[in-house]
Amino acid sequence: MKTLLKCAVAAIALTGFSGLAQAEGKLSIYHWFEYIPQELLDKFAKEYDVEVTMDTFDSNEAMLAALKAGKMGSYDVSVPGDYMVEIMADEGLLDTFEPSELSNYGNIQPQWLDVSFDPGRKSSIPYQWGSTSFSVNRDKFKGDINTTKLLFEPPAELSGKINVLDTQGELLTLASIHLGIPQCTSDREQLKALNKLVQDAKTHWASFGSDTAKDVLVSGDADLGMIWSGFSAKARNEGANIEYAYPKEGYIVWMDNVVLLKDAPNRENALKFMNFLLEPENAAAVTNFAQYTAGVTGTEPHLSDEVKNSPESNPPAQPVGVFVQACPQEVQVLYDAIWTNLKK
Amino acid sequence: MAGGMASASNSAGIYKGRAGLLILPSWLVIGFFLLLPVCMMLIYSFLTKEFRGGVIWEFSLAAYDQFFFNRGLFGDEPPKIEWTYITIFWRSLWQAGLATAFCLVIGFPTAWFIATRVPRHRTVWLLLITIPYWVNLLIRTVSMKFLIRDTGPLNEFLLWLGMIGEPIHLINTNLAVQLGLFYSYLPFMVLPIYASAERYNFALSEAAADLYAGRWTILRLIILPAVKPGIIAGSILVFVPSLGAFLAPDLLGGAKTFMIGSLIEEQFKGNAGNWPFGAAVSMILLSIVMTVLIFYARNQTRREAL
Repeated sequence: MKTLLKCAVAAIALTGFSGLAQAEGKLSIYHWFEYIPQELLDKFAKEYDVEVTMDTFDSNEAMLAALKAGKMGSYDVSVPGDYMVEIMADEGLLDTFEPSELSNYGNIQPQWLDVSFDPGRKSSIPYQWGSTSFSVNRDKFKGDINTTKLLFEPPAELSGKINVLDTQGELLTLASIHLGIPQCTSDREQLKALNKLVQDAKTHWASFGSDTAKDVLVSGDADLGMIWSGFSAKARNEGANIEYAYPKEGYIVWMDNVVLLKDAPNRENALKFMNFLLEPENAAAVTNFAQYTAGVTGTEPHLSDEVKNSPESNPPAQPVGVFVQACPQEVQVLYDAIWTNLKK
Repeated sequence: MAGGMASASNSAGIYKGRAGLLILPSWLVIGFFLLLPVCMMLIYSFLTKEFRGGVIWEFSLAAYDQFFFNRGLFGDEPPKIEWTYITIFWRSLWQAGLATAFCLVIGFPTAWFIATRVPRHRTVWLLLITIPYWVNLLIRTVSMKFLIRDTGPLNEFLLWLGMIGEPIHLINTNLAVQLGLFYSYLPFMVLPIYASAERYNFALSEAAADLYAGRWTILRLIILPAVKPGIIAGSILVFVPSLGAFLAPDLLGGAKTFMIGSLIEEQFKGNAGNWPFGAAVSMILLSIVMTVLIFYARNQTRREAL
C-alpha cells in the first residue's frame, strides 16, 4: 500500500513538473477555420520549441461571443477582422505591445501601419487582407455579374440557388451598399428599407453558411455564393467554374489582424508568433494557402503564380471596396434587430 | 445486523442502510451538472441583455417580452402578439412529433423482429443497429447532406433508374431536416421497444389465438399494452432530443429553417447574441416538456390506481 502511495505521489509530482516545463513552451491560437497551413504551425513549433494548439471560429461575432463567455485567459492570440479589432479594444479584451518587442515590426507595409481600427498598431499586426463579394457559376449564369442586384434582387434562374455568408456585419453592409445608404445609419426610413430588402431577398436564398461557402459552390448546391475573395479562388481551384464579382455599387474590403489577447497565458510566445508571421516568407506561406494578400513587404518572391495572377487578388482600380464600420451601441441594436428578424 | 436479518424477506432490504450513500454520486452529478445550470438559466432569463453578448445584473422581463410581444423593428409600436417564436416552437414540435412517429413506424417492427429471433442472433442484430452510431453525429449529418444534394448519389441513382426525370430537391428543406432527425434517433426507439418485447411472454399470444383473437386483436389488446413502456420510453428518447436538435436544421436545413435548438444556439454563439433571450427560450421549452411529462406521469399513476 505504501509503495503504491509513493508511486502515486511520484507520478503526480512528475506530471506536475513536466506540465510546468511544457507550459513555458505553449501557444494557444484562436483562429478562423481553414486560414493557416498546418506546415506553418509545425514550422513555428519546431523553430521555437513551442507546443501549438488552435481552436477555430467562423465569424468575428462568434469569436467575440466565445471570448466574452469565459474563454479569455485561455488563448494567447486571435485573428479578428478590422472592425472587430476596434470592438475588442473597446471591450478591453486586448493587450498592448511596444513596436520594439517585435523585431520584424518594420516589415509591416506602411499603409497598414497606422490604421483607424488600431491607431499606431498597439495591439495588432496585419495578417491578410482581401475582399468580400460574391461568386457566380458561369455555367449557369452568363449575364453581367458585376452588380449586387444578383444577390439581393436575383433573376429567376439564380433564385433558390444562393448561399450567403452567415456573418451579420458583412451581409448587412453589402445590403447597405446595394441600397446606397450609409453604414451605421440611424435613419428610420433607411433602416426599414434595409430590413425589407433582406427580408425579400431571403425568399431567394437557399442557405446561410460561412464555413460551407466554398463547398456549396464546388458541389453545385449554390450557383451564386456570397464569399471572401480567397475562398472564391480556392473554390475555383477546386474545379468550380465561377467568377468573382466586383459589383459596380461597391463591395467590402477587410483586413484580418493577429491581436495579442489580454491575460494571454503565454505572452512571450504570442509575440514570438506575431513576429514569426511578419517574416515575409511566412506571410507569403499564409497567402499561398489562403489566397488573400499579406500586409507585409517583401512577400513577392515567395508567392505562387496562382495567387499572383488570380482575379480575386487583383481588384480593378474602380470600383473601390469599403471597410465595415463598427457602429455605436444605440445603432448596433437596430442592426441586431434586423438580423434577428431576418434569421427567425 | 439483526435488523438486516429481519428484513431479509425483502431482498433489497439488505441495502437499506446504505441507500443514501448509493444515490449520493448521482445527486452530486445531477445537482452540479443539471440543476445548477438550469437554475443559472432561470436567473439569466430575468437579467438585462449586455451589448454584444453577456448579461447585466439587473432584473428585466425583456426576454419574455420579446418572446411573446412584437413591438416592431424600433420597439415603439403598440405590442402585438409575436407569432414568430410560437411558429418556431410549433414547427419544432411538429418536426419532433413527426420524427417520433416515423421512428415508431419503422422501429417497432424492427424491434419485434429482433426480439423474436433466437437469442444468439439477437445480439448480432442489435450490434448491426448500433454500428452506424459508432460514427459521430456531426459526420453522419454531413454525410447525409452529401447523399441527398441535387447532384448527390441518391438523385444520380434515381435518375439512372429512370424513376425521376429531374433531381428531387431535398437539401435545405424541412423534409431534409426531418430525414436527419429520423435517422439520428432511430435506435433510441428500437432499443427500448426491444427491451420490453424481449420480456414478452409469447404464451399470451398463443392463449389469445386459442380464444379466437385475430392477429390485429392480439397486437392491439395483448402485445401493444405489454410493450407500451418501451414505446413510451422510446418516444420520449426520440421526441425530446429532436425538439432541441440544431445540427440537422443547420446542416440539412441550410440554417434558414430555425428550430428551437438553432434559435437558442444563435442567442449564445451567433451574431446578435442575446443571452437572456436564449435562456428564456430554454426555460419555456423546459416548461413545455416538463408539463407534458408530468401530465403523462399523473395520467399513468391514475390509470394504475384504477
